[in-house]
Amino acid sequence: MSTAVATAAPARSIAPRHSGWVGVALGVVAWFIALPPALVRSPIPSILIGLLAITVGAWAIYGGEKRLGWGAVAAGLLGGAGAVASTRSGVGNLKDVVTWSALIAATLRYATPLVFGALGGIVCERSGVVNVGIEGMMLMGAFFGIFGADLLDSWFLGLLVGMAAGGVLALVHAFFSINLRADQVVSGMSLNFLALGITGYIFLDHYGDQGTPDDIPRVPDISIPGVKNVSFFGDAIGRTNTLTWLALIGVVALTIFLFRTPRGLRLRSVGEHPRAAETVGISVPRTRYFAVIMSGVLAAMGGAYLSIAFVGSFNQGMTAGRGFIALAAVIFGKWRPVGSLGAALLFGFSTALAQRLPTFSPSGAVLFQALPYVLTLIAVAGIIGRSRPPAASGQPYVKE
Amino acid sequence: MSLEPAAGQALAGEEGPEAAAVTPAARLAAYVQGGGVIVPILTAVLAFLVGGLVILITGHNPFSTYKAIFNGTGLNWIFPWTSSSDRATAALNLQQTLITTTPLILTGLAVAFAFRCGLFNIGGEGQYLVGSYIAVWVGASFGGMPAFPHILLAIVLATLAGAAWAGIAGVLKATVGAHEVISTIMLNWVAVWVGSYLFALHGPLQNSDPSQQSVPVSNDIASGAKLPVFWGDPELQGLHIGLFIALAAALFFWVLLNRSTTGYEVRAVGLNPEAARYGGISVSRSYIFVMAMCGAFAGLAGSLDLLGWQFHIATNDISNSANAGLPFFGIAVALLGRNTAGGTVAAALLFGALLTGTSQRNLDPTIFEPELATNLTLIIQGLVVLIVSADVIVLTMLRRGRAMFRRRGAPATPAAEAEAS
Repeated sequence: MSTAVATAAPARSIAPRHSGWVGVALGVVAWFIALPPALVRSPIPSILIGLLAITVGAWAIYGGEKRLGWGAVAAGLLGGAGAVASTRSGVGNLKDVVTWSALIAATLRYATPLVFGALGGIVCERSGVVNVGIEGMMLMGAFFGIFGADLLDSWFLGLLVGMAAGGVLALVHAFFSINLRADQVVSGMSLNFLALGITGYIFLDHYGDQGTPDDIPRVPDISIPGVKNVSFFGDAIGRTNTLTWLALIGVVALTIFLFRTPRGLRLRSVGEHPRAAETVGISVPRTRYFAVIMSGVLAAMGGAYLSIAFVGSFNQGMTAGRGFIALAAVIFGKWRPVGSLGAALLFGFSTALAQRLPTFSPSGAVLFQALPYVLTLIAVAGIIGRSRPPAASGQPYVKE
Repeated sequence: MSLEPAAGQALAGEEGPEAAAVTPAARLAAYVQGGGVIVPILTAVLAFLVGGLVILITGHNPFSTYKAIFNGTGLNWIFPWTSSSDRATAALNLQQTLITTTPLILTGLAVAFAFRCGLFNIGGEGQYLVGSYIAVWVGASFGGMPAFPHILLAIVLATLAGAAWAGIAGVLKATVGAHEVISTIMLNWVAVWVGSYLFALHGPLQNSDPSQQSVPVSNDIASGAKLPVFWGDPELQGLHIGLFIALAAALFFWVLLNRSTTGYEVRAVGLNPEAARYGGISVSRSYIFVMAMCGAFAGLAGSLDLLGWQFHIATNDISNSANAGLPFFGIAVALLGRNTAGGTVAAALLFGALLTGTSQRNLDPTIFEPELATNLTLIIQGLVVLIVSADVIVLTMLRRGRAMFRRRGAPATPAAEAEAS
């Protein structure tokens, strides 16, 4: 009886759901064929595909799948319009902007710090501690990473120093939010100010106006022997930084840890229902301490990537809001590592595109940078599915 | 206390004076009145002590450093023993301090008002920026307008723009329960990038001066739109009348919160949204109103800074302020001022003095480098917020007490309460 209901329900809803996705995909295709390498110069195929996407979307809405259906309609409209705009702009400009291999490489570069930050945010919030201090922990990693690399003359030791610095800042957050039961948003926010002040202070005190030296040991890129010389893949992932690979491994590792190991289950239970966790013998404070410090270490890796891998120098406040985009990625990905990776890649892609768009419109490209934040606003508004935080997130736990 | 009977049902017992030290609200009131002044002073002293430790560790003398910072603030102007030549310098410095205090009062109020309704407004930055965008646009356009209506128009539109910007977060909170911390953070960055777009090269509001086409800066506002200076030389950034507007806003804040039905509703929602709802108060309307009000304060701050001494916006200023701009200090100001009007003004003066005393222009570089001191200010600010976050311990206990009360009284706990992220 119950199985019959269970099988009948998906059978009804799967079809409109699938057609919704098909519609979204068609919208993407409509634009894609007007871009390099396909470069269809006539707008008619794109318009037809766009119309098809809208039709399929409308059918999905009719079938009850409203959200995806409207998504498909929007994708059809956007894709069609984008394709028409693309066919009207010069081939040279298009080829300048849309070089897929370079775009993919840049996306990975911009997404790496966001992925680390998001992983940190997920660990922390899954254990029931809100962390709006990711930006500050990242900044600690960025400065102390390069500081350590400079002093100890090794990128690896520098990375460790940066991670430790992020962990120490996280320890403060842990102590205040777990032991002192502080308001976690307020104490998290204070970490951002503190990190800005501490890193800026030591940076100026030690390096003065000169800035960090040029000969900092940097985290090496990994060039994959077989792929390096293949034209497309070589440019896209042939020379990717060690930390980028580490971030991707981190996504898999954290997914397994959270959802496939007993410790991960315990961590999540502490975030969802600490009282219940306590009654089965899990130490809520110890679990939360572990999670908060982990989050500092992970976020700091993202910061260290910026200073000792990506840029090779440090300047004050260099994270420039990336910690907050990471926070956005956490919410966008619904507190799941893989979802957050997707969000980070999307945000990274929009930054990568914004770097290349000035060919078309220098000021318009700037506006593009606001996209991650607007998307997150839409996400928290619940338009793209409800994003629900862990139940006990933000609530201090007191033993009875 | 003059309470309105209509909204009072659920809260009457809590707010009534005879129930002193029994109900959470009364305990909070007693706490604020009793230890209310001591705790913030201790907080500030502790933060300055740790700051002094940082100075000491890095090989400077904390006493001479703090003395130099103090002299940079111009607060020695009030001492009768200051010599007349020192007094002239001190007057200039004090004008700077008060110019900085002006927006701090308002951005502090923007945070404090939200806290009183149980909301955390981190979006002061964005609301301030939006206000200043509108102010620079109005100030630089309508050149032929007479001075007073021109200033009034710029200020009013900027205030409304700030209100609308923050109102987005309020509406999202009230309708779909989106956490205001997240939405205001996002709105900050949207405002930053929108500004970077507006005043960028070839941006829609970049200056129209042919010789300045390679500079990403807005037009200067018309001279008639500049706020009058009442102390000091207008050519040397004297003190503009914005200070009085900010003080008036603080007075308005106090009256609105403590002497009006709306303010009563706001406080009731802040103390306990469930009880307020039960008492017939529209919680969602309160959220929208409060966020809009906060945005109005911050937008007003942006317009006063712009019309008072900045006169134009450069994209550099926008990106620099994104991380550690003045509005962020509003959080520390409000928390240190315990979210009251008087406390906010006092805390704004403290941080205004600290910021001015450590600025490039005012701090004697032979004693302590101003660049370092700027970061010292950030550390002290961070420490203040950190320490206050923990003495919110009392509020935490209150919340727990209320949660227990709710569990016993009404079984249905709405999910919106746990909407933290």
